[in-house]
Amino acid sequence: MEETKFTPQSWPNHPEQATAEGKNKFVGIWIFICSDIVLFASVFATYLSLRNKGPAGMEFTTQSLFELPLAFVMTMLLLTSSLTSVYAMYHMKNYNIKGVITWMSITVLLGLGFLGLEIYEFYHYVHIGFGYTQSAFSSAFFTLVGTHGLHVIIGLVWITALIVRNAKRGLNLYNAPKFYAASIYWHFIDVVWVFIFTVVYLMGVLG
Amino acid sequence: MSSVAVSNKKGFGAVLWDYLTTVDHKKLGIMYLFAGVLFFAIAGVEALLMRIQLMVPNNDFISAGLFNELLTMHGTTMLFLAATPLLFGFMNAIVPLQIGARDVAFPFLNSLGFWLFFLGAIFLHLSFFMGGAPDAGWTSYASLSLYSPGHGIDFYVLGLQISGAGTLISGINFIVTIITMRAPGMTFMRMPLFTWTTLISSTLILFAFPPLTVGLFFMLVDRMFGANFFDHTMGGNTIIWEHLFWIFGHPEVYILVLPAFGLFSEIIPVFARKRLFGYSSMVFATILIGFLGFMVWAHHMFTVGMGPTANAIFAIATMAIGVPTGMKVFNWILTIWGGSIKVTVPMLYALGFIPSFVAGGVTGVMMAMAPLDYQLHDSYFIVAHFHYVIVGGIVTAIFGSMHYYWPIMFNRTLSEKLGVWTFWVFFIGFHLTFFLQHFLGLMGMPRRVFTFQADQGWDLYNYISSIGAIMMAVGVVLLVINVLLSIKTPPVNRRDYWGDGRSLEWSIQTPVPFYNFKQTPLVRGFDPCWLEKQEGNKEMMTYAEPLGDIHMPNNSILPLIMSIGLFVAAFGALYHPDGVSWSVPVIVIGLGITVLAMITRSVKDDHGFHVHVEEVIAEEQRLYGKGGNK
Amino acid sequence: MMKGLKKWRLFSLLAVMTVFLSACGEEYISTLTPAGKVGEHQYDLLMLSIIIMSIVVIVVSFLYLYAFAKFRRSRLGENYMPKQVEGSHTLEVIWAVIPIVLLLILAVPTLMATYEFGDVKAMDEVDEDGNKTALTVNVTAKLYWWEFEYPEQGIVTAQELVVPTNEKVYFNLKAADVKHSFWIPAIGGKIDNNVDNVNKFWLEFGKESEGLKDGVFYGKCAELCGPSHALMDFKVKTVDRAEFDQWVASMQATEGNTASVDSTDLGEATFAQSCLGCHAVSGVGVTGAMGPNLTTFGDRNRVAGFLEHNKENLENWITNPEEYKPGNLMTGKYAELSPEEISAVADYIMSLSVEK
Repeated sequence: MEETKFTPQSWPNHPEQATAEGKNKFVGIWIFICSDIVLFASVFATYLSLRNKGPAGMEFTTQSLFELPLAFVMTMLLLTSSLTSVYAMYHMKNYNIKGVITWMSITVLLGLGFLGLEIYEFYHYVHIGFGYTQSAFSSAFFTLVGTHGLHVIIGLVWITALIVRNAKRGLNLYNAPKFYAASIYWHFIDVVWVFIFTVVYLMGVLG
Repeated sequence: MSSVAVSNKKGFGAVLWDYLTTVDHKKLGIMYLFAGVLFFAIAGVEALLMRIQLMVPNNDFISAGLFNELLTMHGTTMLFLAATPLLFGFMNAIVPLQIGARDVAFPFLNSLGFWLFFLGAIFLHLSFFMGGAPDAGWTSYASLSLYSPGHGIDFYVLGLQISGAGTLISGINFIVTIITMRAPGMTFMRMPLFTWTTLISSTLILFAFPPLTVGLFFMLVDRMFGANFFDHTMGGNTIIWEHLFWIFGHPEVYILVLPAFGLFSEIIPVFARKRLFGYSSMVFATILIGFLGFMVWAHHMFTVGMGPTANAIFAIATMAIGVPTGMKVFNWILTIWGGSIKVTVPMLYALGFIPSFVAGGVTGVMMAMAPLDYQLHDSYFIVAHFHYVIVGGIVTAIFGSMHYYWPIMFNRTLSEKLGVWTFWVFFIGFHLTFFLQHFLGLMGMPRRVFTFQADQGWDLYNYISSIGAIMMAVGVVLLVINVLLSIKTPPVNRRDYWGDGRSLEWSIQTPVPFYNFKQTPLVRGFDPCWLEKQEGNKEMMTYAEPLGDIHMPNNSILPLIMSIGLFVAAFGALYHPDGVSWSVPVIVIGLGITVLAMITRSVKDDHGFHVHVEEVIAEEQRLYGKGGNK
Repeated sequence: MMKGLKKWRLFSLLAVMTVFLSACGEEYISTLTPAGKVGEHQYDLLMLSIIIMSIVVIVVSFLYLYAFAKFRRSRLGENYMPKQVEGSHTLEVIWAVIPIVLLLILAVPTLMATYEFGDVKAMDEVDEDGNKTALTVNVTAKLYWWEFEYPEQGIVTAQELVVPTNEKVYFNLKAADVKHSFWIPAIGGKIDNNVDNVNKFWLEFGKESEGLKDGVFYGKCAELCGPSHALMDFKVKTVDRAEFDQWVASMQATEGNTASVDSTDLGEATFAQSCLGCHAVSGVGVTGAMGPNLTTFGDRNRVAGFLEHNKENLENWITNPEEYKPGNLMTGKYAELSPEEISAVADYIMSLSVEK
């Protein structure tokens, strides 16, 4: 495709849907998220039915295990990263590649912070004896939170690849839908975490 | 960028490379079709072996363990690896033509979907040569599948995980295609029924496959990495598997049967020369069936002990599905009522379909009655029921549509005469096999038994049933012969092969060029091909745009490489519980291949290529001009 | 020519008759010859639904075939152009309503029976003395055999369930290893034996089994449970209440029975040496044995649940169980025995009885 040079004036209002391919990506990412919702719903349902279930004499329960402050900090990091990705999209609509790159980079940093805390948390649990194979509860917990963590990793790799690839070349109608899809995906990850925070940590500690 | 391949003759290597890298929906449709036929044949042989074993009481033709492997692989293969790809074949080949699109929304993902499915299927079948196939039934209930020794179940879990991912990707692709790629004027309520059922069935895939993915993942980590989801001594619960499996498993039936309904809704009006009766109620019924299909999974679990209230709710919800299905059946009858019926082979299959499928449907309602199901569940009655639905509903649709769409897909024809023979042999064999199995179930014969003792009153019916199975096999062999003979038939080279075509795919002259439509069509009403013919339009199409450059996607080998990566990683996971040192490295290498291919895809811009007007004219001349003949 | 045709007709008529006459199955295993409340009720539901559904199939098929025959192009002419009808709201409403009515006819008895069959409240009822009023049997399904415990009576048996007729018998069902399903087709069915939880249901045995071909009803495992799933049969002996009480008493009288290694009888000594670890010979006990309780072996109807009940089969079974029930858990659990020992053990086991 011949590269068209845009100015902020000629840049379309909805760059993510300005081409047929872009429109497909836009619809596609939403459809994909629908199916990912069902995936998480299944894991959530399993977690709820296996919560605190284990062999006789199992010492770990949600109440003895989880600490709200840490989970709260993680939640804040991820919520903020969602906000920063909104800023990036705002700059994309204004044809400002610098703004996009800056705010997307901040998003990645916040996401890395979240991931670091999650790894620390997992390490801590395994260290005190709450390993993946310890009980049905531990398997369900690590699978639910780990599936989310895996989504975070994929999101980080995706956004980083977009930043690296497009920092120099600027915005066009080919990569705008890609940025948009990645940011939608990132919002979705954030929403899932809100549910994890509520169902796993809040309900776990408050009983 | 790459240019149009204009040369007629290509070497074998070039052709092979073309198919390995293609993103063309028509070629992928053909690949799905042949892969489906291959696995259909394998699963058919498995069924035949089982029926030979059950021909007489206390037979020792097949051992108990092998029998369980055969029954598992027969069910798994038929549903995941035969029926699904065969229907995907038609969806791929036909739906873009029906909606006036040049390709699907994500051609790259379309190819990825195929290769994931195919390599997953190959992986599953390697189990036969590597220590034994899975043997816990296609439902693979958790207690037995955790207990099962060897690697059979591991092959099942990993193979289905890979091929299931492919199916999910294809489902997303079809949904987006149908939403965004319709030609101007092709409103939702002008879409042919097959496109509608493809849309609903893909939506079901979208919501039904994730629970399966999750269930398979639990099974995978339980068996290979020491997790405890289904180990009740560690607090796990096997009933979770049953729920997850059936939340997927029941919609799966509708995923398969809805496109079959769609295919018959195409075939019947054409050969009755009459508009489909009650189009909008057909669409409504399709949506309703899809919706209700998610509310009824627990009717597979009436005997699990969910309690009377849960059983009662699911019983009533299940019965409700009878209403939209009944609407469809009556609409088909009213379509042919007052029509002008030409009995071709596809129409013959439609003739066989309605009574067989209705018989399968009503036994479904009988089993929806929970207290009666306590007797029928896991007996031969249910074997008879679902074969009436699947063979009577889905296989007849597939066979009929092969005859129906062969001219579009291959520009060749299948023999009508041989087709009629195939139909009768297969159809009679089918009823002979399965009708008496209803009674075997009522007479107390449980399903999934590798043998039975004499003098329980089951000998005669089992014998007859086995004879029927042999007839079905003969029917399938005749069909394969027909396919092989079609290579030698003269090319079709025309529009509207059946003479009474109604939807857009019949407006295209065969062989269909790789860009489908030289100009995007303008759809002026329901049944556009019929409409244009009524108005005397020789081209059977009105165009929405002048002749211009056509934008097409590039071929790519990356989908195959990504799939191979997962295929390799699956071997690492499979041998992980054996404690071999190379298992983790192999997992890492395999996943690394996939991730690298994904990054390559992401970083390398792929803008596709343009077919210029002169090239379009040259291609049209080559295909349809004098002496131009494929 | 005509004669040949007639003969052929007669033959095919006979063939069809044979097929349909055998459509009811055998009295001791067919759901079509029910004995007892549950089975009879289920049979009534079956008949109700079969009649309604047959009418549906026949009407639909008739309409379809009639249309197919009547509106053929060969009759109407090649150029006949049918009227292009869009649809009809009236008709479409009618065939939405007809199935709804039919389904309602089925739904009401379905709901009633679901709750009736699920009602196990009487299991916990006690009389003034604190004794349970109803008979309860705990069924544990194992690879590939069945254990029946009578908790109130303090006795346990295997492979052959003995129950009184014409009263509700309640069951607690569980699986010890993998999932199984407990099914007595002629009496009523069925419920799964899960590994995770205990299922409860009741059956009523409406007929004494004495007059049946083998003197027992047949029971089956209905859930795929491994290679020998097809052979995981059990038998049900139904007797009147007096005879049942007598059977319970004679079972209770076996308390303390055991086999001695020092016995002069080679069979008993060998049994004590090789078999007693898993197989008890006293009917008093609780569930949880490694192998089937053999106290009533001599009274039973089958060896290993499905082989004809004679000494030869028993010897073969002891020699190589894997050959008869692949995947069973008995194979390899005992040292190899000499032919004399096997014969003696078989004699000993065949002699175990509470009814003789």
